[in-house]
Amino acid sequence: MRQTVALTLLTLTVGLLAGAATGHAAELVVYSARHYGQEAAFEAFTRKTGIQLKIFNGSTGELFERLKAEGERTPADVLLTVDAGNLWNAARAGLLSRVDSPELQANIPAHLRDPEQRWVGLTVRARSIAYNIQKVKPAELSTYEALGDARWKGRLCLRTSSYIYNQSLLATMIKRHGEPRTEAIVRGWVANQPVLINGDTKILESLATGQCDVGLVNHYYLARLLAKDGSFPVGIFWANQQTTGTHVNVSGAGVTAHAKHRAEAIKFLEYLSSPEAQQMFADLSFEYPANPQAAVHQLVARWGKFKQDDINVAAAGEYQAAATRLADRVGYK
Amino acid sequence: MEAVRASARGVAVRRAGPLRLSPWTVGVTLVAAALAVPIVAVLSSLARPRLEVWEHLWQTQLGELIANTLLLLAGVGVGTFVVGTALAWLVVGFHFPGRGMFEWALMLPLAVPAYVIGFAFLGLFDYAGPVQSALRRALGEAARLPELRSGAGIVVVMTLVFYPYVYLLARTAFREQGAATLETARSLGRTPLRVFWEVMLPMARPSLVAGVSLAMMEALADFGTVATFGYRTLTEGIYRVWFGMFEREAATQLASLLLLFAALLLALERALRGRARFVQSHRRGAGILPVPLRGWRAGAATCVCALVLGVAFVLPVVQLLVWAREAAVAGGLPYGRLLANTLTLASLAAAITGGLALVLVYAARLHPSRVVHAVTRFVSMGYALPGSVIAVGVLIPVALFDHALVGIFEWLLGRSVDLVVTGSATALLYAYVVRFLAVSTQTLEASLGKVPPSFDDAARSLGTGMLGTLGRIHLPLMRGGLLTALVLVFVETMKEMPATLLLRPFGFDTLAVGVWERTSESLWGDAAIPALTIVAAGLLPVFLAIRLSAVRTGLGGGGP
Repeated sequence: MRQTVALTLLTLTVGLLAGAATGHAAELVVYSARHYGQEAAFEAFTRKTGIQLKIFNGSTGELFERLKAEGERTPADVLLTVDAGNLWNAARAGLLSRVDSPELQANIPAHLRDPEQRWVGLTVRARSIAYNIQKVKPAELSTYEALGDARWKGRLCLRTSSYIYNQSLLATMIKRHGEPRTEAIVRGWVANQPVLINGDTKILESLATGQCDVGLVNHYYLARLLAKDGSFPVGIFWANQQTTGTHVNVSGAGVTAHAKHRAEAIKFLEYLSSPEAQQMFADLSFEYPANPQAAVHQLVARWGKFKQDDINVAAAGEYQAAATRLADRVGYK
Repeated sequence: MEAVRASARGVAVRRAGPLRLSPWTVGVTLVAAALAVPIVAVLSSLARPRLEVWEHLWQTQLGELIANTLLLLAGVGVGTFVVGTALAWLVVGFHFPGRGMFEWALMLPLAVPAYVIGFAFLGLFDYAGPVQSALRRALGEAARLPELRSGAGIVVVMTLVFYPYVYLLARTAFREQGAATLETARSLGRTPLRVFWEVMLPMARPSLVAGVSLAMMEALADFGTVATFGYRTLTEGIYRVWFGMFEREAATQLASLLLLFAALLLALERALRGRARFVQSHRRGAGILPVPLRGWRAGAATCVCALVLGVAFVLPVVQLLVWAREAAVAGGLPYGRLLANTLTLASLAAAITGGLALVLVYAARLHPSRVVHAVTRFVSMGYALPGSVIAVGVLIPVALFDHALVGIFEWLLGRSVDLVVTGSATALLYAYVVRFLAVSTQTLEASLGKVPPSFDDAARSLGTGMLGTLGRIHLPLMRGGLLTALVLVFVETMKEMPATLLLRPFGFDTLAVGVWERTSESLWGDAAIPALTIVAAGLLPVFLAIRLSAVRTGLGGGGP
């Protein structure tokens, strides 16, 4: 019995020591809730620096739980995720650490990164009004608020309010307009009896087939459909150009609080914010580069320049819970 | 008929005795305690109630969530019972064209993840989908189908997805019934329908109830399908509170409410199974001889089976094939490795879960004490919890243990050490066992309950030991149930997504992870190929089960 215990301990110990000998080469561990469009930039980083990337894909909330549970012993160096609200929540939970990098600050506009420098936005997604080009004239469209006008009754398609990008849109509106005004706007949408559809692509298909005439989507979903079928009968309208600007969200990243390879992790983020890497993101995913020096994909460029809402995207996190509660109150399901 | 009832009651299994502490009881309680940790972790969140969140839920939606959940449960319960039992009775009791194929093919929907069927259905029957588009072209712009995103729509979809549980258990139960009982009833002039209603159904009750309660627990835990359909249930509410308000504690507390539902369901199940157990004293004889159907009856039977199979399996698979063809990138995933990982995890999970369930169920038979019964019930509740909740319930205690363990190593070695258990296959398998134990215990309990206790006594009196009795008497008699248990857990593990995502070891991706990575980006075309691979891999155990169960009864029931 005693021999067995001793043997087991010995085996374990040897195993751990062997792990120590091989485990810490030049590599970065990335926990990622973004699974599309970054491959080229990642490969280029490894080619340039020789630093290998180990990617662990997951969904945001669950990755947070794993990071929390692993605590100071986490293998993760970088957390990459979509939606500013998620990044804000990761920072609030103490999962990310402050990075003072002049390069990051120069590359990424201030409203697309954490005021306390714990995360940066890397790509930009505009959530705006999509419409059936045969049934709706752009002149009929103006703002998010105006989607509550009676003329859109029965013609509006929305995602559910559980959908993160809608929560972030509402959260930003709360920051801009305050709760009472936002509540009135959302009540207007709800009064138009929107068809609630699960999936931006599905909303676009519903617009194309005539189930509804206007909807709210992230721009790159339309770009993906147009890339496949140039005659897809849906257009995008940049909302609130005369007022606050079109709502934007980001996918972004931060260095974890207990990163073992902090210097390499910062180098990684700096590379991802460079015009070269930003171009690769934009080419693969149709997103807008966060770095203004990189060019947008030509298909997206056709939609022209637009005014972004320049409120800091962190608002999506600050007011996310309030947005969820507001949606519950007004019966936006 | 009276004779049948009386003899059944005559050999009723002994009832649970008073609290006794045998070594078995202690051993089993320890096993169960280890399995109960994650459920206790979920329940422990109640110690820090987030009253403010509850108040908000109460004011806005709790009533609707509970009502919707109850509606879903009732609908899926009735739906799977009717569809599963009727199909099982058809293929076991009758002969009609295509029966041999339908007997195994009707299990196939098991291999398709619920969310995949749900999404394929929406793709097909949505306003923008091909069916309604064709309708509009034929009948004009106003032509519509009933809205699929509704309570009725989701009940139909979930019934089609989950009926195989009932079908599988009912089929096994019907086939394990002796021909003699049936022949007696038939010779007394009973019509096939009355034989079914008065003999087959009551005798299969434990299995039917087990199957229906599995289907209902699955419906309770489902998130993927309700989210796709925008139908708000308690599980949808959990995710909303968790990820919409970042209130993990409150979400876990809401999950405790699900556990309450599960407990009620299990209590109901107990009550429905009834005190009297129907055991078979002569089931090694010939199985049921199917009655040949002729004329329109045969055609109707074929049509019913074909309809269910077509809607629940062929349609979604065809839709997946179409998407796969349209997929932008056909390759891109290391399918060989994903498949190997998936199969490894699924076989391990099936074997471990089956083994532990056998221990629990067998202990309850040898020593029917209240404690053993209670712990078996308790650990079964994991099945009603959404995968993410149970996964966090596993993660937190495992990580605590891991930090303590590694702390000791660090102290011994004098340097920092990586975590050992968190993010290992062990933690993941632990989660699978906790989540799917109910599947095995329910199935095995239903199967073992049919073996007369007099067999045990006879074996013992002939000097056979406990293990000998298990190996030589019970296991051979339970073979059908054991196979069903293994197949179900195997297929469930293959499809499982949230726990796999959270707990899998680094670089150890499975097919379900491949599906998820693409669906989470709305890349359905690209997700179709890994999803089809899951379906194909799921066929393997189904075929195996068919073959093995066919061997047992000669030619799978044989001809008339």
